Amino acid sequence: MTDLDATDRALLREMARDAGRSAAALGEAVGLSQPATWRRLRRLRAAGILAGQRVDLDAEALGFGVTVFLGVKLATKGRVSLEDFERAVTAIPEVQLVEHVLGMYDYRLRVVARDLSDFERVLRRRIMTLPGVGDVEANVLLSDERCPGPI
Amino acid sequence: MLDDLDRRLLRQLQADPNLTAADLAERAGVTALRATRRLARLEERGILKGRRARIDWTALGYAVAVSLRFTLEKAQANAFDAFIAAAREIPEVVEIQTFLGRVDVRLYVIARDMAHYQQLYRDRILALPHIAELEALMTVATLKNDESLPL
Repeated sequence: MTDLDATDRALLREMARDAGRSAAALGEAVGLSQPATWRRLRRLRAAGILAGQRVDLDAEALGFGVTVFLGVKLATKGRVSLEDFERAVTAIPEVQLVEHVLGMYDYRLRVVARDLSDFERVLRRRIMTLPGVGDVEANVLLSDERCPGPI
Repeated sequence: MLDDLDRRLLRQLQADPNLTAADLAERAGVTALRATRRLARLEERGILKGRRARIDWTALGYAVAVSLRFTLEKAQANAFDAFIAAAREIPEVVEIQTFLGRVDVRLYVIARDMAHYQQLYRDRILALPHIAELEALMTVATLKNDESLPL
């Protein structure tokens, strides 16, 4: 489904910015009545375009001051080692993102920690002990900007 | 700081942002009134910043997603600012992150298909200013992406 009109696009932009509003408030922002907004939201959900919500928390205020992206290479490859690695890495609470990628690494991870020494603990105890893990490259996140995307 | 109830509420909310105040209260083991008050307090303190809709770009016809990792010509004083300002002008760039490490900037770029990606890469990405080096990681699968904090 790519036959979105300008109102659908406006609604998606509004929802990506703040999804906590009522259908009436959203409708006001895009110039629709509440029932019409509700119908459009239902259609966008049914098409899988609106794929749920996420809660936006102030990580720093909650004591999570450090985010690190890791590029991970597997030392041993094969179906079993991939499955073992994936099962173990997705279970680590500090790991927020796991992407299987193609390129100079096999996986991309986003890891959140309280500070650098907490990150070191996660890295040594949790990441470096994962089954099959090989080379790991770390980059500390300084800024993170989300763009509206092509809508 | 947060007390145990704050943590319980935020944990439940992270796990399911669509929960009503009543359901959330029940899961956290308090009355709806108490839960509502606490959440309002967390919002006032800026800890609960809001809810954002997730947009599934695949459902919108964007089948390709690539992490492009750049090192910039850092001898140029304004390299970061100029690069980031230009990257913002590309609608298919959905994330812009800066790092401390081997990678300076990462762009997350989506495209309809490989032909579209090739066109974006040649016409828009390679035209960005102050690129020293560039490498690509193509997303094969996203196995985990909840952006939850381990509260």
